[in-house]
Amino acid sequence: MTLLEVDGIHTSYGISDVLFDISVRVEAGESVGLLGRNGVGKSTTMRSIMGLTPPSQGSVSWKGQKVNGMPTSDIARLGVGFVPEDRRVFPDLTVWENLDIARRMHGDAEQWDEQRVYALFPELERFRDRRGGHLSGGQQQMLTIARSLMGNPELLLLDEPSEGLAPLVVDKLKEQIAALQAAGLSLVLAEQNLNFVLDLSDRVYILEKGEVKFEGTSDELRQSPELVSRYLSV
Amino acid sequence: MFDNPVLLFIQLMNGLSLGMNLFIISSGLTLILGVLRVLNFAHGAFFMLGGYVCFTLVGAFDMSPMGFWLAVIGSALALGALAWIIERLMLRHLYHRDHLYQLLFTYALVLLIGDLVKVGWGSSVLSVSFPPGLDGATNLGVAYYPSYRLLLCVIGVLVGLGLWYFVNRTRAGRLVRAARQDREMLESLGINVGRIYLWVFVAGSAIAGMGGALAAPAIALAPGMDAEIVVECFIIAIIGGLGSLGGAFLGSLILGLLNAFGVLLIPEFEIVLIYLMMVLVLLIRPWGLLGKPEAGYR
Repeated sequence: MTLLEVDGIHTSYGISDVLFDISVRVEAGESVGLLGRNGVGKSTTMRSIMGLTPPSQGSVSWKGQKVNGMPTSDIARLGVGFVPEDRRVFPDLTVWENLDIARRMHGDAEQWDEQRVYALFPELERFRDRRGGHLSGGQQQMLTIARSLMGNPELLLLDEPSEGLAPLVVDKLKEQIAALQAAGLSLVLAEQNLNFVLDLSDRVYILEKGEVKFEGTSDELRQSPELVSRYLSV
Repeated sequence: MFDNPVLLFIQLMNGLSLGMNLFIISSGLTLILGVLRVLNFAHGAFFMLGGYVCFTLVGAFDMSPMGFWLAVIGSALALGALAWIIERLMLRHLYHRDHLYQLLFTYALVLLIGDLVKVGWGSSVLSVSFPPGLDGATNLGVAYYPSYRLLLCVIGVLVGLGLWYFVNRTRAGRLVRAARQDREMLESLGINVGRIYLWVFVAGSAIAGMGGALAAPAIALAPGMDAEIVVECFIIAIIGGLGSLGGAFLGSLILGLLNAFGVLLIPEFEIVLIYLMMVLVLLIRPWGLLGKPEAGYR
């Protein structure tokens, strides 16, 4: 079953066009990577899916139902979780308060609650009474992911989860995301960290200047160093 | 003057009761300012309208001993309903606009409600009598003090405690705090933030209506009374910190006490004192006593 179908969207901020005819598909249980350098439109693609910057053309469908034009909160309630790139924990709320406000039952799968989230991210339990703004970058990243899980999404959009984190923390985060995949969650990963994406994704899209330049499996991209050097090397 | 403890005590109580009445009104303004980021000029007009609605309802409930208290509840409900209509039909279309549009809109409400009051209740001064049993004075040991003003102090503290509990100890309050910090992120978590805005505006306005009704027996109802109170509420918000409920509580107490003791110390300058206080706070802590610097402030 196709969960998410992004079909030919164009998105602009005011008068500057950012996305030109982007199409992305995510099947149930699949993990999809969005690769590309800074500013190619990865974040805008996710914001367009969430309805935060709605596309001007094209369509976004969830399980066959058109969702572009719907309010962001309604799109989230269909089962789409969003972890934005700048983390955006609620700084004045404690860890457990951040989790509590996102709590919502959804779907038939085993539901996420505070305890299950702490089992995946034990560090958060130790700091459950600490304010979000007082956590380290890695802890904030875990908290934003954990917070999205509390809404029991079927698809999680992760924007640059490894950005600005120490290598050891990135490795741990990779294991935790893999555990989410094993639990049946579908993912869209926007990243500049190639290996992070290749290890976690079934298929990848390479974006440049707001267009899709390559679509294929992670293995295909591994075997095409020329694609990597053309679109991804800095 | 300072050798007269009874006088000092009475002025202290006057300051506290004025402060608590101001807090009831400014807490609603602060809640709306903190969450919706809308500076509601019409908050004083809501307060005034609450007083007038109370006047009419007290007349309608004349026979009942609980009449006044029913009128207070009725005023809160009436202003809440008015706020609901204003938010759904008009205000919500202005959240994404420049602040100037919101200011012009709420200022238009001030003019509209001011004229509505003149048409509905006339221009002469009206008064509401004290509720039964509260028209006397209570012996506080040091001195007798008007029972109704004493009750206003207690209600102010209860409103403060109630709001604190709601904001810090309930899930709805946590959502309100999150909406204050990052609207877009909260939407992305599946929360309908528009509904939070609506209910914060309704609740803040209902508290203003209740404040007007509660103040009615202690003050005279007259058109134009809204202008003074809204200026005082803004000063409280600035002194305490924009959007901070604790700051509004502190600011209200400071303003009430400054008023009461200013009259004793330098009566000819009393009216200037609160502005001097505001200037002082702005010089030392531009973001208010309990507020936080906005992002990017240096």
